[in-house]
Amino acid sequence: MKQDLFKKLQQIAEQNLLDIETHKKNGNHVIGFYCLYAPTEIAVAADAIPLPLCGTRQAPIEAAEEVLPRNLCPLIKSSYGFAATDTCPFFRFSDMIVADTTCDGKKKMFEIMADIKPVHVLQLPQNQDFSISLAPWKSEIEKLITILETFTDKKITREKISFAIALLNKERRAKKRLMDVTKAKPSPLTGMELVEILFKTGFFADKEKGIDLINEIADVCEQLIEKKESPYTLKTPRILLTGVPIGLGSDKVVKILEQSGANVVAFENCSGYKQTFQVDEIKDPVTALAEQYLSIPCSVMSPNQGRIDLLKEMIKEFSIDGVVDLTWQACHTYNIESHHIGKLVQDSYHLPFLHLETDYSESDTEQLRVRIEAFLEMM
Amino acid sequence: MFHFNHEEWVVFMISAGIDIGSRSIEIAILENGNIKELRKTDTGFDPIGQARNLIRDLTFDVILATGYGRNLFEIEHDASTVTEIKAHARGAVFTFPGVSTVLDIGGQDSKIIKLNAAGNVIRFEMNDRCAAGTGKFLEIMAKTLGFEIETFGDQAMKAKKDLNISSMCTVFAESEVTSLVAKGENPNEIARGLHMAVVKRAASMLRRVSQEGPIVFTGGVANNPCIAKLLAQETQREILITENPEMNGAVGAALLAMEMNTNMKQKKDMKNETGPV
Repeated sequence: MKQDLFKKLQQIAEQNLLDIETHKKNGNHVIGFYCLYAPTEIAVAADAIPLPLCGTRQAPIEAAEEVLPRNLCPLIKSSYGFAATDTCPFFRFSDMIVADTTCDGKKKMFEIMADIKPVHVLQLPQNQDFSISLAPWKSEIEKLITILETFTDKKITREKISFAIALLNKERRAKKRLMDVTKAKPSPLTGMELVEILFKTGFFADKEKGIDLINEIADVCEQLIEKKESPYTLKTPRILLTGVPIGLGSDKVVKILEQSGANVVAFENCSGYKQTFQVDEIKDPVTALAEQYLSIPCSVMSPNQGRIDLLKEMIKEFSIDGVVDLTWQACHTYNIESHHIGKLVQDSYHLPFLHLETDYSESDTEQLRVRIEAFLEMM
Repeated sequence: MFHFNHEEWVVFMISAGIDIGSRSIEIAILENGNIKELRKTDTGFDPIGQARNLIRDLTFDVILATGYGRNLFEIEHDASTVTEIKAHARGAVFTFPGVSTVLDIGGQDSKIIKLNAAGNVIRFEMNDRCAAGTGKFLEIMAKTLGFEIETFGDQAMKAKKDLNISSMCTVFAESEVTSLVAKGENPNEIARGLHMAVVKRAASMLRRVSQEGPIVFTGGVANNPCIAKLLAQETQREILITENPEMNGAVGAALLAMEMNTNMKQKKDMKNETGPV
């Protein structure tokens, strides 16, 4: 039954490219996004499809290194490489890019990407104290509304934003419901299956189609839990992966963990549980968006207490046996923040902790395997 | 053969541990937990062939593989595997009971392992993916300076003054050494500078994981007297080295082979006694 749904996921993913083309032929737009901080609701309110464009594959990195330094985060190089080589259909479909000054590497890369496509960069504050940062961030969102109105020639009303918030809240609830099925011991899903579902549904042009499919998969998973069907046993180590985002192509750490007998049940990153927030539907929509998006606990924020709080909640809720903190090479903020994360996991929870720094290439697979197997031996 | 004495849970067993590393392969044969035989050979470019040769005329009841070649060995010999981290930890505790810190510097890896009172690994740290500051680094540097790797440490100890080498990357360090030679610096002093660079790197990794107590130093590099001496100076801690430090992983694996098998046998036996079949 699970396998049928994965077939359906694949079918919709293939059909999706045609859906996007049809949408564009009907005079609507596609807006590409790179970070979770940019409120995609604004694109939806302009009848545009928002697409997540963060590069997760090794292939275009070589081309990116003709322009960007080699010693740079692979996510940034992959993102730029896809754009420069025109090998990502979703980048090609995007009429405009909405980026943000999340980290130094990204913001400088976007300056170069602007030679390829129109790029609007949101000035993201790096502190979440509302008394300091909310007003400038809200004005960035207001500015984005004006820019997208002009670009798409669509009026973005408060009502349309509210409607978009409700729709995307519904999507985020479905994602949370799916990600929560792995709270069951043992989990009905592998970590790799979860990565695949979240990654592929992220590109769906038709949000409702994606929401229905995610809920359908969650239904099946809940039945599997009821029937106690799982690829795992009660003894399988349950791992929480935190740190940088991952996707298909940048999933090697999840793969090695699961090949080595563990189950990655929780993803505390912006490709996982950080996407499960709800935007207030009662407040003024722009204020609500500004507040909620600014609260995303990425390591670019200083301080970043939100990540600690989220980790505490997830370690408990998902009955975690060990935490792996993943840093992409040259990502200073996650790399440094690992010090605090390691202390929290080891000192407060007495759980095994593993910090890994790597890139998208396969060259260190065996080195990673030794570290991962030794980490699992500690359980 | 297994010889059980059910009342005392005593097992007579010959267990083997094989450590297939990047530069060398070691095997340890234990009889009831006592070392009976130790052998080693170079890994070369055919680790499985070399491992096969090494075990050809040996007899044992159980074998456990560790090191980079462990998974290849597992497939060919249907053996269990553990990581070199667990194997080195076990070997170190066997030789020095109660120890809580292990530093292993092998052919292309270096690692610090922290143990709890029960001898279990509670933390470990490894070098980056490149072989900076490991046995391979020293090997290449010895060659660059025209020394034999076996006596490289003795040569370095003859140095009369400190010479600072700042590069840790093998390629960069080689150029640095070449330019120091061209400047007319004494090869023994350059050698000592290179040893110091390795020690500084190991010491900073040590400080991240473990701050006090004696350190068991294992792996092929522990045979180098200069590294051991500088390490003691730099850390101001007691450095413990066994007679054959490069055999530590194999000895640990052989012990684990015995223990894992004893546990399995005991469990099987208890099942037979208590549960319906």
